[in-house]
Amino acid sequence: MKILVCISHVPDTTSKINFTEGDTKFDTNGVQFVINPNDEFGLTRAMWFKEKQGASVDVVNVGGAETEPTLRKALAIGADKAIRVNAEATDGFFVAKQLAAVVKDGGYDLVIAGRESIDYNGGMVPGMLAELTSANFINNCISLEVEGTAATAMREIDGGKETSKTALPLVIAGQKGLVEESDLRIPNMRGIMMARKKPLTVIDAIDTAQETSAVKFEKPAPKGAVKLVDAGNIDELIDLLHNEAKVI
Amino acid sequence: MSVLVYTESDQGKFKKAAFEVASYAKEVANQLGTTVTAVAINADNTAELGNYGVDKVLNVSADALKDFNAKAYAATLHQAAANEDAKVVIVSSSADSKTLAPILAVNLEAGYASNVVAAPTSTSPFTVKRTAFTNKAFNMTEINSDVKVVGVSNNAFGLVENSGAAAAEAFAPNLDDSLFGVKVDSVDKVTGKVTIADADVVVSAGRGLKGPENWGMVEELADVLGAATACSKPVSDLGWRPHGEHVGQTGKPVASNLYIAIGISGAIQHLAGINASKVKVVINTDPEAPFFKAADYGVVGDAFEVVPQLIEKLKEFKANNA
Repeated sequence: MKILVCISHVPDTTSKINFTEGDTKFDTNGVQFVINPNDEFGLTRAMWFKEKQGASVDVVNVGGAETEPTLRKALAIGADKAIRVNAEATDGFFVAKQLAAVVKDGGYDLVIAGRESIDYNGGMVPGMLAELTSANFINNCISLEVEGTAATAMREIDGGKETSKTALPLVIAGQKGLVEESDLRIPNMRGIMMARKKPLTVIDAIDTAQETSAVKFEKPAPKGAVKLVDAGNIDELIDLLHNEAKVI
Repeated sequence: MSVLVYTESDQGKFKKAAFEVASYAKEVANQLGTTVTAVAINADNTAELGNYGVDKVLNVSADALKDFNAKAYAATLHQAAANEDAKVVIVSSSADSKTLAPILAVNLEAGYASNVVAAPTSTSPFTVKRTAFTNKAFNMTEINSDVKVVGVSNNAFGLVENSGAAAAEAFAPNLDDSLFGVKVDSVDKVTGKVTIADADVVVSAGRGLKGPENWGMVEELADVLGAATACSKPVSDLGWRPHGEHVGQTGKPVASNLYIAIGISGAIQHLAGINASKVKVVINTDPEAPFFKAADYGVVGDAFEVVPQLIEKLKEFKANNA
């Protein structure tokens, strides 16, 4: 089985979010970038398929040269080779078309992406990629087993879980649950050394339209101070929630 | 040329989000000077959509669509959009709608903006405000394609009553076998309990509760408020509560009217995930907990004393205001 894991290069979850150039660009100053957490769950599951079922695992990212350390980290965790499509990732449809070209070219059986990146939160690339490559699609995937070309997958739905039978070629959008947090791997020194020698191929983007563009960012209005209620005076809290906030 | 909206139902009943997206579609239709057509799949009472300004309903009744199937549902909406010559298609942020929307966007060669929180600020260029960086920011997004797909966040635009004819018309999509490459085997769903996505009130608890055996009072408080229960990331990582309850940046987003956080310190990742909630209440022993900076109302105190009191007082309140 040939697996491709899509990796987004995103600000660490603890990052302070600021904008620059007249609020049109994310301010990367002082920001630590990481593998998108939803993608990391998928990468970890892919490692299981590699170790237990002999799958090959490639990773791909659509982005500039600044994303390469993130791809190297994926290689250090155990991916075999990395591909970077040299283009700025802004519109999800644009990204999905770039990835579709990589999938078709590489003949991948299983594509593992994350349910959304934690920066743009578009949540669209995996579904678009599935449609563009005529693959089956499981969103919000929390469990995946593959035997031959048959797959059993579970997805989170509103208020529960749904188990489906499907087949390769398959695209899943993973999230926490696909593996446990405790299964995530920190690259060791040997992995880091090996990653330096693994191939990282840079390819040109295909020419396609940007269907959407993020033209401006803004931060939420600053919050007023919290109103403290004495622990011995819960009636006041209920009164505030009823008469002031009008939520009960 | 009408605005098309997918009004999702569950067991034949429209979800609250269906009325919210209908309300949103009506606003877009007003801006564009056109009408609203809803697509309802195996729904019982399509006349209800008239209350939110829907002019016409394409009523799909198909056994093949009994279980959700992303490609078949997207194909249905694609054919409905062609039927209506729709240039704007509106969907909700439910798990199913978020699954079908990207497929639909490909079918329609459409740009797709998800997590949209307000009516378009302009229809040319078509510009919407959406959340980004997991609610730590907003971005104004232009959709440049001829056809546009807009995913509306839950509980952001709200319900707007309007009157529309909601004239129902049977619509039979052409569903090829090749669409059904994913077959639902089983669904494990709690019935009779409000989900985090649909809830007006969410009661959430963290490590401050000390152990899973102490969740009884959280559930009781949720019962009194008709709320969904949720938890912080450490609690789901420790296995005290199911993953499905984890809210925050890598868990579920919350956009309820009222969010009550009990024994949750308020890590930045947690706050990002619940920031879209309108009113936040924190109960924590530590007055320095970051959550107090993000909350509207706070009680510094021991959850084991405050929560039982809150339950009692709320029961009295409910009895007096029934």
